[in-house]
Amino acid sequence: MPTANKEQIEERMTAALESFGAERDQIKRDANWEALDVDSLDLVELAQIVEEEYGVKMKEEDMKELKTVGDAVDFVAERAKS
Amino acid sequence: MTQRVVITGIGALTPLGVGAETLIERWSAGESGIEDGLGRCREFEPTEHLSIKEARRADRFTQLAIVACDEALTQASWEDGPSVDPERVGCVMGTGIGGIGTIEEQLEVLRVRGAEAVSPLAVPMMMANAASGVVAMRHGLKGQCYGTVSACAAGAHAIGAGLRMVQHGDVEACVVGGAEAGITPLSQAAFVGMGATSPSGTSRPFDARRDGFVMGEGAAALVLESEEGARERGAEVLGYLAGYGATADAHHLTAPEPSGEGASRAIALALADADIGPDGVDWVNAHGTSTQLNDRSETEALKRALGERAREIPVSSLKSAIGHTLGAAGAVEAAATALALRRGIAPPTIGWEERDEDCDLDYVPGDARTLESNGRPLRAISNSFGFGGHNAVLCLEAA
Repeated sequence: MPTANKEQIEERMTAALESFGAERDQIKRDANWEALDVDSLDLVELAQIVEEEYGVKMKEEDMKELKTVGDAVDFVAERAKS
Repeated sequence: MTQRVVITGIGALTPLGVGAETLIERWSAGESGIEDGLGRCREFEPTEHLSIKEARRADRFTQLAIVACDEALTQASWEDGPSVDPERVGCVMGTGIGGIGTIEEQLEVLRVRGAEAVSPLAVPMMMANAASGVVAMRHGLKGQCYGTVSACAAGAHAIGAGLRMVQHGDVEACVVGGAEAGITPLSQAAFVGMGATSPSGTSRPFDARRDGFVMGEGAAALVLESEEGARERGAEVLGYLAGYGATADAHHLTAPEPSGEGASRAIALALADADIGPDGVDWVNAHGTSTQLNDRSETEALKRALGERAREIPVSSLKSAIGHTLGAAGAVEAAATALALRRGIAPPTIGWEERDEDCDLDYVPGDARTLESNGRPLRAISNSFGFGGHNAVLCLEAA
């Protein structure tokens, strides 16, 4: 699995969220899912992408703690390193 | 006395283009939307009508349904939601297969990348009831809502179900129709495999040279309302849905019962429901698939149900212009029937040239024909028959 820094992860997640239909200029670290109109189905897709690309599992219980784009980026960056 | 039910909105998206008026305009002019042996909705570009999120969460059959329903609801002046209590507005959409494109795509994902890569959107996209659910969500329709599944009769069954719902007073209005997007590798191979499709790629209903149907895709929708409700709110009445009859052949999985008995009972029931006899019918919008078996047995059914009158009534098949849109066909044809009655015409069966001794009715070759009104509103029946022996017939009346 390739190592990735936080900026790269954020960039990848932004691209994924944009492909789900979120507005690019709304996708910021402090944006929460509701504001981006990202629902549980989108989050499952996001988790699939993250696992495939960074080998990081985002389980349902983890998801509950991740309220914003920044939360998710930090979560993945933390685990992608180890 | 049961409620009279009126049509206050019509929408269609077909191989002839986007929009119901385009459909009737081009069919009446004898134009065909079939290219390279397929009736694709080539002019349909999802992102022109749907947001990225809406488009990626809807299989093509649902996308087509959304656009047809938007058009019908806009015509009914309900583009921003119904003006009556939304809990009293239903939605029934038919489909033959549902999200077959999604199924095929996700099966490939499963095979190549494994179970964990299968999309969480697969289920909501492939389910056959997706169209009705998505349309209800989009327009806030909170009454009865479901899909009908009866192969190529599904669209007509959906309209019949909506008719009964309004007549019974379960709802004040119902958005009804059908959608299909079955031009996919598996679906095409399956129809070819069973010998149902035309090897020559020609849709020639009732012609002696017909050799099978041409696959089409599309969607259509009607807004049905109680006449009283529609008049009260000042909606324009585009026509009446006067009767509905449905039966089963109980004969064979795919072949129609050769004598047309089951289909003729559906026609008779639709006429009885509309409280008219064969003389009250001015035009038949036939199922007319261009298969040897359907066109022969449908001709038999018309003669059985209408007697001598069958020989006097023009019989057209829209499938000559757009191919067979499967589960959407009943809805697309009902929409076309309502529009043709408004214009007082019977559009042609395009390409009909050679008489088959078993298909001996007047199939409206050449140009569209003006219908004689006989001093009363024009009426037509729209036939739909599906694999499984499903027969559904609608009777429409001009406003």
